[in-house]
Amino acid sequence: MNDETKFMLKKLIFYTFIFTVVAWIVIPIIISTLYGFALPRDYYDPKKILPTSFTIKYVKTLLFTLGALDGIKNSVIVALITITISFALGIPAGYAVAKFLFPGKDTIKLSIVALRMFPIPVMAIPLVVLYIKLNLIDTLLGVALAHTAMALPFVVLITSSIFAGVSTELEEAGMVFGLTRFGSFFRITLPLALPGLAAAAMFTFVMSWNEVFVASILTLSHRTLPAQILSIMAGASGGAAPDYYKFAAAFIMILPAITFIFFARKYLVTMWGITLK
Amino acid sequence: MKVKSSYIPYFLILPAFAYLLFFVGYPLVQALYIAFTQNGQFSLATVRKTFADPYFWDALKYTIALAGVIVPTQVGLALILALTVNRAFKGKDFTIYALTIPLTISDVAAGLIWYAILSPSGFLNKLLLNIGLIHQPIYFFGYQYRHMEFLAIVLAELWRATSIVFVIILAGLQMISNEYLEAAEVFGADYWTRLRKIVIPLLKPSIQSALIIRTLFAMQIFGIVWILAGRDIPILAGEGFYRLTELKEYDVASIYALVIAGLSILLGALYIKFMKAEYLEVRR
Repeated sequence: MNDETKFMLKKLIFYTFIFTVVAWIVIPIIISTLYGFALPRDYYDPKKILPTSFTIKYVKTLLFTLGALDGIKNSVIVALITITISFALGIPAGYAVAKFLFPGKDTIKLSIVALRMFPIPVMAIPLVVLYIKLNLIDTLLGVALAHTAMALPFVVLITSSIFAGVSTELEEAGMVFGLTRFGSFFRITLPLALPGLAAAAMFTFVMSWNEVFVASILTLSHRTLPAQILSIMAGASGGAAPDYYKFAAAFIMILPAITFIFFARKYLVTMWGITLK
Repeated sequence: MKVKSSYIPYFLILPAFAYLLFFVGYPLVQALYIAFTQNGQFSLATVRKTFADPYFWDALKYTIALAGVIVPTQVGLALILALTVNRAFKGKDFTIYALTIPLTISDVAAGLIWYAILSPSGFLNKLLLNIGLIHQPIYFFGYQYRHMEFLAIVLAELWRATSIVFVIILAGLQMISNEYLEAAEVFGADYWTRLRKIVIPLLKPSIQSALIIRTLFAMQIFGIVWILAGRDIPILAGEGFYRLTELKEYDVASIYALVIAGLSILLGALYIKFMKAEYLEVRR
């Protein structure tokens, strides 16, 4: 075997591997989406691997009769409140961690990293008692407050790395030319950090959109989408829904998240600290 | 512009910190109170009741077993993927995008998606039947097929959460300076030697961090199991959920919350011992 065939063989193996991996990720999504629109007779036909006739009946029933549309509305409201509160609290903290030196900073950073790991969703169980007292039970605000607690450490960590990337010299230049510290933050640092912050907002949105444990425990009639889906699809009270509803539900759940991430993909990767170039 | 000894940074951090302390501290204290008192008196009755329930031990066993199978496999897979992808090739951007799609997919949705593949009339069974590899569908779901349910959960969770590990490890890989690798190459080190002596040691912090993050989140595993197996495979978060929402047993549910918190704190202590929050440094 000469060098050229060896090279070609290596390349072939490499691309086969890449193809397999991409297929392993993408095929389940495509299949479940196809099944979500398939007629039940196609789905239950053992001869038909892929359905050939389609309907939007089940997606429609799920949205309009089984309450998924209200779930979507509730999810969006919860996510927006979560973003608002967690950014209002998280941006100042992230800025302080990125731009100041102060005693106790390491301890504070470590506690934020550690808090990120704390099972805050599960701690919604004892929270129920407080929420009943405060009349927050079964409210969207109540869910959003708990989601904020879950998202806040991430927001602090992400915004601090975004602010650390904005040059301090520019801010200083602004102050030399007469801006206050506050003014230079709002006129210089914030606009420069905006794309990163937008991506962080999408990250927070997806986090809240996908969360199911807190939302299921804290609400009964005002359910977010995942909580609504979970109560239809599983659990002792819900009983098992027909299979084709399950696939329709999966489609409704993943569509916004995938769309968001497509637009935020550049920043998504930056957010985890990597550059693709 | 590093202002020293000023109250400003504390003032900026305080609201976020207070919020988090409340949402961690209050439930913790409340859970301890609910779990360990009865009519205002200290009591171990709830603890005894929980420990006498075989479901509790099953839940603990399955939660740890799932983490034990899933997390190391994920790290291994993600390492291979990251090492393969971390080079220039045609279609690299698309490959990385595809690999990060599951980052945005919730556990509930991932469970439903894998149900489409593994159900008796699902894609895998129909494919294998039509190729002629099997003559009976393989049953993955139902109490009598619990081992298969376990496998289905593992598959779905590997599919969903390997991306997170992949991204962390890829980030670590890209931070390794090319100069080390070039120097090693000059001195005649082949690919495997470079991998063993340079890449893996320098990747150790990323691997450790991914390992611990995943283990911690594995303690809270819920949606994917609830969708695919319900209570056939009991898990800690699922039992807490069931006790609270179906049986309204706040005290027992609190013990489940405390057990998960205890496991997390234990693993978190390991995390702090091994890691430093160096990626938060002001980069100057």
